[in-house]
Amino acid sequence: MTEMTYLRAISDGLRTEMRDDERVLLMGEDIGVYGGAFKVTDGFIEEFGADRVMDTPLAESGIVGTAVGAAVVGLRPVCEMQFADFVSCGFDQIVNVAGKMLYRQGLPVNITVRLPSGGGFSGGPFHSQNPEAWFMHSPGLKVVAPSTAEDAKGLMIASIRDPNPVIYMEHKNLYRRVKGEVPDGSYETPFRARVAREGDDLVVIAYGQMVHTALEATADLDGASIMVLDLRSLVPLDEEAILGAVHHCSKVVVVDEANYTCAAGAQVSALIAERAFEDLDGPVLRVATPDVPIPFSPPLEAAVLPSVERVREACRQLLEY
Amino acid sequence: MATSSTDVPIGPSTAAQECPSAHLTVDDRVGLLRAMLLMRAIEERAMNLYRQGKVPGSFYDGFGQEAVSVGATWAMAPADRLCVLHRDLGAHLVRGVAPAAILSQYMGREAGITSGRDGNVHFGDLRTGCVGMVSMLPDMMLVAAGMAMAFKLRKEQRCALTWFGDGSTSRGDFHEAMNWAGVQRLPVIFVLENNQFAYSTPIKQQFAVNPVERAAAYGFPGVSVDGNDAEAMFEATRAARERAVCGGGPTLIEAVTMRMHGHGAHDDMKYVPKALVEEWRQKDPIDRQGNRLKELGVDVDALVKEVRAEVDAAARKALAGPMPDPATATDRLFASRDDDEVLLEDGAAPWSGFRS
Repeated sequence: MTEMTYLRAISDGLRTEMRDDERVLLMGEDIGVYGGAFKVTDGFIEEFGADRVMDTPLAESGIVGTAVGAAVVGLRPVCEMQFADFVSCGFDQIVNVAGKMLYRQGLPVNITVRLPSGGGFSGGPFHSQNPEAWFMHSPGLKVVAPSTAEDAKGLMIASIRDPNPVIYMEHKNLYRRVKGEVPDGSYETPFRARVAREGDDLVVIAYGQMVHTALEATADLDGASIMVLDLRSLVPLDEEAILGAVHHCSKVVVVDEANYTCAAGAQVSALIAERAFEDLDGPVLRVATPDVPIPFSPPLEAAVLPSVERVREACRQLLEY
Repeated sequence: MATSSTDVPIGPSTAAQECPSAHLTVDDRVGLLRAMLLMRAIEERAMNLYRQGKVPGSFYDGFGQEAVSVGATWAMAPADRLCVLHRDLGAHLVRGVAPAAILSQYMGREAGITSGRDGNVHFGDLRTGCVGMVSMLPDMMLVAAGMAMAFKLRKEQRCALTWFGDGSTSRGDFHEAMNWAGVQRLPVIFVLENNQFAYSTPIKQQFAVNPVERAAAYGFPGVSVDGNDAEAMFEATRAARERAVCGGGPTLIEAVTMRMHGHGAHDDMKYVPKALVEEWRQKDPIDRQGNRLKELGVDVDALVKEVRAEVDAAARKALAGPMPDPATATDRLFASRDDDEVLLEDGAAPWSGFRS
């Protein structure tokens, strides 16, 4: 085990798999010589060469589309969108080409698309988004979102090995803020939920950065025993773990950093309403970003992103129900 | 051959026996005709099945454009890879897809290439090295560029080819693919199938400058070819492929042709001047190739009969096949680790040049 940041753990996952499998190549804007806008691939070009750490033209559709072509003839491309926001320019290739290829003609598309996502640092409307729900709604894509350093590495390796297109949500605000013990060598984190903290009175369901917000908000909440469930994977969604947690706690708060409408948490809430109604001792409460673009100015941004205080308030309200 | 599109002569070929390629044997030239006849016969049969209500949705064909896909595909090697579009049925036939499987595909039957998951010519048989198109047509230019990128990275002497229409040249993916291929000098061939109309929109409303001229701006050659001449299409593609696999980079081939039917079976094409259609009817690619071969003493009538019989048998087989089981509608959404090695496979490559 080695202690490292979430960012280094992503790098470690990429490096481990590139050493193990020569079919893996990285594609993206400024990832080679510069080492990536966030330095995830710093030093990679020296070890693996410019062919496998490819500085591409500034063309997101081009990155995804050529990755699909390379994948169906045997390579394992890992694409970096410089910011998750920019994936809108490659959306068509992901949704219509990559996502439907297997269903239509039986041809797997083994690509991984890394999306540095999330806000909290005045990135503004085009460098702060959490677009995971776009892809949850599109058949044929898997979507994962690690919250810890250990899972960041394990989910990266698992995503590359998974023969399907995988959207890998990496939260920018966790890159250097979160550190943890990471196993050495190669391992895979399963596409299933994890209990981040055991508890009995209420469960907070979250993923990505919001797992940390939830843990902080409920670490000491009037002595209540609060479970935090880290989804880790949004597609497939670990329905068994969600329903099990609801059955155990009977009260649920669902937290998204994404915009409220049709977010991952909306799907989780719908699942609970359909399949766990009898287990509930109160309404499912949701905390999410309201349906506005992420504003730039710090007080405006802080006003929309789910905060420790908002999560705490939702939990209190439900505990008193 | 390398003329601008406006210079392509209108009217029947005056030199019927002329062979634009020194690389075709008589068998090759017959093979080109046979594949075009087969494409037309299958599509005519499919149109009838559509009118009988046996082809759901609409139906899209490549009547009059048979030379574009047949001629280009004839130049492609087994290990080459293709992204095939909806006017290019001939590519599937040259690569070895059975007519019965194609008719089953049109009718949404279990034995179709996509087992009913997609319709029309929206298919690619992975056993023939072909990727199925999506309806956002120039998307496939990037997929083809990506395949070529992999070949180049692995130092393989292989090439990728894709078709797209005049309308596709207005989309951003056209630019991204042309630029990417130029920057990385990829072994890819882009075939612009200029059939004068994108649905109802004529090319004069699609571009101010013929897109073949854009190739130079991306750093590689663009050539215009008579798209109604299968042998000229073959020769242009053969030369482009040779350049590609020798490290010379991409080529844009503009195949100048005409969409002789509506965009789909539902389209009465009233926006196309009748005189224009009549003009192009005189340039029919099948008549042209047939006349060449008749002068060489080939029994073309016998070939036509043989192809008709083959399509009759294929239609009987396809009509006898079942529709897909509704219970399978949600199957095969995700691949398992067992599918990890499923890749495009090599297709048929009948050109005599690959056997010598």
